[in-house]
Amino acid sequence: MALDKTQIAQRIAREVQDGYYVNLGIGIPTLVANYVREDIEVEFQSENGVLGMGPFPFEGEEDADIINAGKQTITTLPGASFFDSATSFGMIRGKHVDLTILGAMEVAENGDIANWKIPGKMVKGMGGAMDLVASAENIIVAMMHTNRAGASKLLKKCSLPLTGVGCVKKIVTNLAVLEVTANGFKLLERAPGVTVEEIDQATEGTLLVEGDIPEMQF
Amino acid sequence: MITKKVTGVQQALEGVQSDMTLMLGGFGLSGIPENAIAELVKLNVNGLTCVSNNAGVDDFGLGLLLQKRQIKKMISSYVGENAEFERQMLSGELDVELIPQGTLAERCRAAKAGFPAFYTPAGYGTEVAEGKESREFNGKMHILEEAFDADFAFVKAWKGDTAGNLIFKGTARNFNPNMCGAAKITVAEVEELVPAGTLDPNQVHIPGIFVQRIFQGETYEKRIEQRTVRSRE
Repeated sequence: MALDKTQIAQRIAREVQDGYYVNLGIGIPTLVANYVREDIEVEFQSENGVLGMGPFPFEGEEDADIINAGKQTITTLPGASFFDSATSFGMIRGKHVDLTILGAMEVAENGDIANWKIPGKMVKGMGGAMDLVASAENIIVAMMHTNRAGASKLLKKCSLPLTGVGCVKKIVTNLAVLEVTANGFKLLERAPGVTVEEIDQATEGTLLVEGDIPEMQF
Repeated sequence: MITKKVTGVQQALEGVQSDMTLMLGGFGLSGIPENAIAELVKLNVNGLTCVSNNAGVDDFGLGLLLQKRQIKKMISSYVGENAEFERQMLSGELDVELIPQGTLAERCRAAKAGFPAFYTPAGYGTEVAEGKESREFNGKMHILEEAFDADFAFVKAWKGDTAGNLIFKGTARNFNPNMCGAAKITVAEVEELVPAGTLDPNQVHIPGIFVQRIFQGETYEKRIEQRTVRSRE
């Protein structure tokens, strides 16, 4: 069975290691915070100027002055700090953030990513995504393997305007965990019950399959 | 002692004219200069170029200026929350320059700090890089981005004193400190204005030298864009 968005977040949470500073994008990535192991120390950075993000506030305790990059009301944990936007992107550009998790509309087999614009239809802007993908060394993309029409989002070449070039290293979709290599998308894990053939069919870019592909563990 | 205090929002906005370039602090609706925006609506100036990370929502923040067609061009990183904005942009009524968020912050900071331009890797290989100089440093490509040149910066802080010193609160800080001193005239509005000597100098986020005018805003709605809560167990 293909994963739902929550399960994608659960799988990605296993990539988060002790001592990591992690930037979470909007959408599926935001959910990752809910599934990080409780026996490790991790701090979440939000690009609008907070390190040490906590869960949503209890009803009645929302503060308009404390939000995340998705403009949602949040809380902070002990050890948290606030800072200005230039400092925030200094953390990102200066590679002080250990892991970046973000969504994508398309990823190409060379690691190119597109997630900010559909010409003539949807232009929301890149927000911090271009800064993140240009500088972060450890980027995981959380996405559905295909779009609503069933077309692959893992392509030979992106068709939409790019957010960054050659930057994606790892992808977790509803069907698979894949690594971007010099020769294409290397299949690392399958979603429980999903076959290699199903993944291959849903992948327009080159899919590399070496040996037995294990099912994902949660 | 040098005082930056003005009588109120009218005096704070003296000299603002049509066709000027304005910087406005805030991320979403958090930390936006609500009183300055309300006064810009009243002044009825138009043809404005606005540098602001977002464009407000339909009926609040910069959305109020968009409704009255006072903005000619927006320079932002993310504009997804405003239907009127999207309509004006797709119809071509509004000129929009979308730039990476870190680049936006740094173009403000560069203007403030006296740097004419800087190199960043953000946007290399994308349409953001079109027409810009690029150069390799340490094996990686970067593009040249220039400092902004703005007439006014409107920022919002939590507390300030009559010397123009500012303290911000929470994530309402965002672009506000980077915009202080980044325009010819910086206008700071605060929730609480206190006499100079009241704030602990150790706690000041922005020294008054970067601020030309300061006033206490009459009211703050501080609207929440996405109210997210959890239930008590």
